[in-house]
Amino acid sequence: MSAEGFDRSEVRTSKLDELRVVHQPLPRQDQLEKILGTTRYAGDFSQPGMLHARLVRAQVPSARIVRRDVSAARAVPGVVDVLLGEDVPHNTIWVDVPGQAVQVAALRASMEVLATERVRFHGEPVALVVAESEDVLAKACQLVDVETEPLPVLTTPEEALAEGAPAIHPGGNLLAEWQIDTGGVDAAFAGADLVVEGEYRTQLVDHAYLEPEAGVAWNDEGVLTIRVATQVIEHYRDVARILGLPESKVRVVAPYVGGGFGGKEDMTVEPYVALACWRTGRPVRMQWTRDESLLARAKRHPMQMAYRTAARRDGTIVGHEIEILADGGAYAYLSALVLLYSSVHACGPYRSGAVRLRARCAYTNNPPTSAFRGFGGMQVVFAYESQVNRLAARLGLPPEVVRKRNALSRGDVLPIGQRVETEVLLPETIDAVLERVGPKPEPSGPRMAVGRGMASNMQSYGRLVWLNDSAAAWVGFQVDGSVTVRCGVPDIGGGQASSLAQIAAEVLGTSLGDVAVHFGDSSLTPLAGTTTATRQLLMSGNAVYVASMMVRGQLYGVVSEELGDPVESLRLEGAEVVGPSGSVALVDALAACRRRSVPTEAIGTFFGPHGTAVDTRLATDRVFPDFTFGTHLCDVEVDLDTGTVRLLRYVAAHDVGRAINPLSVEGQISGGAVQGIGMALLEEVQVEEGVNLTGGLFQYLIPTFTDVPDVETIVLESGEGLGPFGARGIGEPPIGPPSAAIASAVADAVGEWPSRLPLTPERVLDLIVADAAADAVADETSS
Amino acid sequence: MTDELVLTLTVNGRPVTARGGAHLTLLRWLRDVVHVTDPKYGCGEGICGACTVLVDGEPVSSCILLAAQVTGSSVVTASGLSNEDGSPSLLQRAFHAHHAAQCGFCTPGMIVAAAALLAEGGNRSRTELREALHGNLCRCTGYGPILDAIEAAYAEGGEAGVG
Repeated sequence: MSAEGFDRSEVRTSKLDELRVVHQPLPRQDQLEKILGTTRYAGDFSQPGMLHARLVRAQVPSARIVRRDVSAARAVPGVVDVLLGEDVPHNTIWVDVPGQAVQVAALRASMEVLATERVRFHGEPVALVVAESEDVLAKACQLVDVETEPLPVLTTPEEALAEGAPAIHPGGNLLAEWQIDTGGVDAAFAGADLVVEGEYRTQLVDHAYLEPEAGVAWNDEGVLTIRVATQVIEHYRDVARILGLPESKVRVVAPYVGGGFGGKEDMTVEPYVALACWRTGRPVRMQWTRDESLLARAKRHPMQMAYRTAARRDGTIVGHEIEILADGGAYAYLSALVLLYSSVHACGPYRSGAVRLRARCAYTNNPPTSAFRGFGGMQVVFAYESQVNRLAARLGLPPEVVRKRNALSRGDVLPIGQRVETEVLLPETIDAVLERVGPKPEPSGPRMAVGRGMASNMQSYGRLVWLNDSAAAWVGFQVDGSVTVRCGVPDIGGGQASSLAQIAAEVLGTSLGDVAVHFGDSSLTPLAGTTTATRQLLMSGNAVYVASMMVRGQLYGVVSEELGDPVESLRLEGAEVVGPSGSVALVDALAACRRRSVPTEAIGTFFGPHGTAVDTRLATDRVFPDFTFGTHLCDVEVDLDTGTVRLLRYVAAHDVGRAINPLSVEGQISGGAVQGIGMALLEEVQVEEGVNLTGGLFQYLIPTFTDVPDVETIVLESGEGLGPFGARGIGEPPIGPPSAAIASAVADAVGEWPSRLPLTPERVLDLIVADAAADAVADETSS
Repeated sequence: MTDELVLTLTVNGRPVTARGGAHLTLLRWLRDVVHVTDPKYGCGEGICGACTVLVDGEPVSSCILLAAQVTGSSVVTASGLSNEDGSPSLLQRAFHAHHAAQCGFCTPGMIVAAAALLAEGGNRSRTELREALHGNLCRCTGYGPILDAIEAAYAEGGEAGVG
């Protein structure tokens, strides 16, 4: 059955005071086990007779492979197998859009499972060693001899796109390009009162979830089963393609995942544990070290963004000219889509007048880049919000005034042509953060300066509409009236499964404790697509809602006949179905369903909004289902002698439509903001001439307890989202604003606008020196 | 490979004798040899705190300590913090009530570090708590809810001390 005839108005009009389970700050179902230490993550799992596997990775960023000799490694006692690319049945990983119910083949990006002739980045897998123990692996991997002949190393996108640059891939080094041209740009700039110009650069950032990549594969009575930390159980299809197996003979199970953030969207260990298991017939586990994770797993695209923004004296934005250049690293992965997100979000949550944009992404020999919370829609926040703040400063207007003057509202049309169809509480988020903070604090000493910065953003939730996204869920009553939910959602730590339990409990009149959710199993739970793109509440949330409504409808139909009351008059209360003329115990009503051949379970499928695909020139009526809006504000104190930036206060407000679980929503906002703060102030993967120098968490600095203040979260609820009960997605949006808010606060403190992240003490000192120099010039001119 | 050693440790109140490589860290010995998997591998260099356990009451990073160095000691991991009847301790209940775990991967180390602080008694300001816990990284929560939970445990536990 499908969701045909699914009435959205019923979802939206749910009266808040009638909600019993949804909208309540209930502890998530997964929390207690995690706190007691009993949750079994991917790497905690083992099987009798289990082998261990490890990859031998390229030590150079760009080379021709001359010779591979595995004989010494094979001779080590305890080594069971050593595989090269030639041993892989189909030695290609096709990176299509993952997790789709149907193949869309939009990207056709590919790479070898194990490199055979050419190395394109430092850390690329070349051989797979399988052994009886981790200790044997450590020895054997060192004995795999890979001889290479160096090839030119391309380290920047400019270099890669220059005339005559050596091609990293046969098709050349331009990985993707998107353009927007609304027309009228030259006229808009000619007629503008002022033009603000800025160049912004973001850096290579790692997800740095606490759980490194891990998984175990075993032959489960003829089905190759992989229990793995992943955001995408649908990769079972990719594994089947590599091994030449029917898709029905590969199963991926996702246990609770120790953080994803996009880094577990592409495959990590899956093809390798699968190969090792397929070859040896024994269970195999692979766990990446932190060094390995930092070295070779795809990261966030560094971007260079050149903006020219034309405006009127009153702050009205009349046009943008935007040029974006992204570093795609050595393999395409999801780069083309990441860049598409950058392009669509490039003008921010504002009416933007006439827009011309060109966005390009190039192959280089740097570490590959792919999905990361915000997915290209967050790097541009640093640029467009710096532009807005600079515009306000140039005009002598408060930044909130310029924001509100241009803020998108229902009915406005984005530069790509999509109309905003839902209510946008952007001005309300601006007011909310300002009301919270009061006046700017005084500096704590004579060589300290305090600054305040604000940034707003919009971030899509749900997949590109032409992917025709769908999610399915099974919901059923047990005989005793408790409820089972089966849904293929991977739970990566955001409470994805527990939210589904709340939704089912709400509709079916039970308590949260009476609902069990089985999730993340590609063979046993209906497929719900990826836990990415802030899509799961929208997609699997609606699927569970639809299925629960179907089950309730079936039950009410039977009770209506038993009691003689109309269906519309019935309600589920406690363990009873209550109507005007009486009540029936739920267990009796369920028994009555069976007597009358009415099922007490249902599969609901929810289809996202549809649309038509775009070509390079982005002009269409719809790209995304909808967007989430928010505003952050921070106060910083800058030490003028050391350049150190200390966050004094951080406030974040988002319109989440409806908070299914307020605790989870606040957790997403707080955690997303701190991850964004890390990018703004601390984090950068250091790569020199293609060699990744970042070897551990002592070098890659993520925020600690002492680096950040409490994030003060403000949750606004327009009830306007497309998710169940009017919810909007909130997973990705909070990571957008921090870098621009902090950069603007630093500018407020030191008088110069940052253009480059992270804002290390060295970079901030440069700004302080530049400002002093500018002041000196100004003094001289005036004297 | 190094020689194997037979080590005896008390793990969560249970004496455990097992043979393992002399080179094994306490973390690997716990996880791979005696299958106590709640201490997590997050970095392998004593930075992230996900492997934190109590050795004779002191919080340590079990990934940078050899099991052989602490033979004879009493080791308590997150799963050993519950009350004797298996019910959640005051601190565990506070983590639960304050939504202090999201992905939960840092949680076993975090809660062991927090339990060690609480066991010291006294009280700490929020700023002091931040300093005391800065060796435990979390990538999901933004830290605030963890501090809320520990403060609540202090408030509820009072002078009695909790663990």
